[in-house]
Amino acid sequence: MSTETTTPAPAGVIHDIGYQRYAGARLGRRYVAGSLYVHGLRTAFGFGRSAKAKIFPWLIVAIVAVVAAGLAAVRSQIGQVVLTYAQFADAMSWLVIFFVAVVAPELVSRDLRSGVLPLYFSRPLRRADYALAKLAALVTAAWLLLGAPQLLMFAGAAFTTDKGMGGVWDELLDLLPGLAYAAIWALVFASVALLVASLTGKRAFAAGGIVAVFLMTTPIVGVLMVMPSTTVNRLAGLASPSSLVQGVGVWLFEEWLVTDTAAGIGIGRFGPVYGAAALLLIAACVGLLLARYRKVASA
Amino acid sequence: MTLIATQSLTKTYGGRVTALSDLTVTVEPGVVGLVGANGAGKSTFIKILLGLLAPTRGRASVLGLDPTTDAAAVRARVGYMPEHDCLPPDLSAAEFVTHLGRMSGLPKTVARERASEALRHVGLYEERYRQIGGYSTGMKQRVKLAQALVHDPDLLLLDEPTNGLDPAGRDAMLALIQRIGAEFGISVVVCSHLLGEVERICDALVAIDGGRLLRSDHISAMTSATDVLAVEVSEGIDQLAARLTELALPVRRDGRLLLVPLADDQTYDSILRAVAELDLPLHRLDQRRHRVAELFAPRETASVH
Repeated sequence: MSTETTTPAPAGVIHDIGYQRYAGARLGRRYVAGSLYVHGLRTAFGFGRSAKAKIFPWLIVAIVAVVAAGLAAVRSQIGQVVLTYAQFADAMSWLVIFFVAVVAPELVSRDLRSGVLPLYFSRPLRRADYALAKLAALVTAAWLLLGAPQLLMFAGAAFTTDKGMGGVWDELLDLLPGLAYAAIWALVFASVALLVASLTGKRAFAAGGIVAVFLMTTPIVGVLMVMPSTTVNRLAGLASPSSLVQGVGVWLFEEWLVTDTAAGIGIGRFGPVYGAAALLLIAACVGLLLARYRKVASA
Repeated sequence: MTLIATQSLTKTYGGRVTALSDLTVTVEPGVVGLVGANGAGKSTFIKILLGLLAPTRGRASVLGLDPTTDAAAVRARVGYMPEHDCLPPDLSAAEFVTHLGRMSGLPKTVARERASEALRHVGLYEERYRQIGGYSTGMKQRVKLAQALVHDPDLLLLDEPTNGLDPAGRDAMLALIQRIGAEFGISVVVCSHLLGEVERICDALVAIDGGRLLRSDHISAMTSATDVLAVEVSEGIDQLAARLTELALPVRRDGRLLLVPLADDQTYDSILRAVAELDLPLHRLDQRRHRVAELFAPRETASVH
């Protein structure tokens, strides 16, 4: 028989407890991918990073916030709607180009450069989950960039409305298409940008490549727009991601996007073509992104 | 339980470059050295064990699991320290190791606690909130080890853990690995091209060359059988060699030394008697442990063209 008794350690004594094995919970795929998503979203806005990494994203956030606050102020003072919610997303889209051009390389090129991928892929995390978590983080960040200022405008309009709850409800019905339109911008821009950024470990190259893809294609649209054929003119927007999204916006949200002051781009009856092209573009980018991460850092 | 077992494991890249060829080996728990020259197939072997590469032919099992079909389960229980740089310079070690702990499925607070613990065990407690970019090579190697340790694996795969370290750093890293094996109760596979290093800390050695298995055995089996006596006399070395040969002892000349395989205690007596009879001035007679390095040395140098 063992007569051994455990004597409680005297309080106030520091022990070297040595190595402790871990027998607790090991959470599964959803938690791991979710953690990576949250980490990516924080990285996008520079949280948990150096002050230097916060400058650029917050500069852009400041610009869109100031514009939104200005619009809300104009509306509450003189009652004029300068930009609808959807038009706001349209007007700010060029800022999204720069935002994804800086943030996408932060999310993926940095990992390629520092060689950290083998550490991820030697863990239970799947390669596809890594790519999709990063993509989701960038889409969310871009959507927040366009969507959060719309909430600011909505709050301004809702508090100053003189039509009571009915006015707030009408405002909400205007806001939702704006948020949906912002989501389309975010999806298209994030998937294109992340794919380009995943090809190189050099952040400057990645940023340049992303801006090039978005801006270099714009002249093509311009040329096609002045071709003699109306059909070509109507389909010209397909040539560039920006005009593609605008085309989808005109097709889906014409009521909110095309007003007396803003014509939107002419797409004629080709709206569904723009919709299909946008879906195809997103699918192709995601497919190529997944293919890229099946191979990268495996040998 | 068997730690690692492979059967006719073969890996060819593009059908031409053969990294592993028909490798069949069984490894028991403990600290195991995986040795071979650069390009011998060590890293390929490790990557197959992690399920990062699929073997061209043959099978592997790690902790009783098949890494090609059950990669996630294997990786949850294995910690991997790559050979190359794999650390982001702009994060602190604490943040980085915590993040990777979560990537291994540790809940948030547990990940933070265990990251601190892992960094303390590798000797980086004080510096853990500094950015990794400012660390020395030795400290970076320790961070790499800490991230492999953070989720309390059952097996650690360390690819050239002493790479780039100075002699003191090497000794510290080797002592740490030995401690992980002995005190933490975690099996370790240490890849190295430096036999002299790993043989000091390993229970068993697996030597591969050109993707083929050279030898796999307990370290004791490799060293004990090869003990030799080194005899040094200041003159008459040829006379002594001739006399010992007459006594049916297989003598080998090594510079100013005579090497005689140690069969039993009789060997000592025979040598001493021969020296006394020839009246030679004996400088030295000691037992020399045959370094494992010498076992593989001829083949190793042959493979490094």
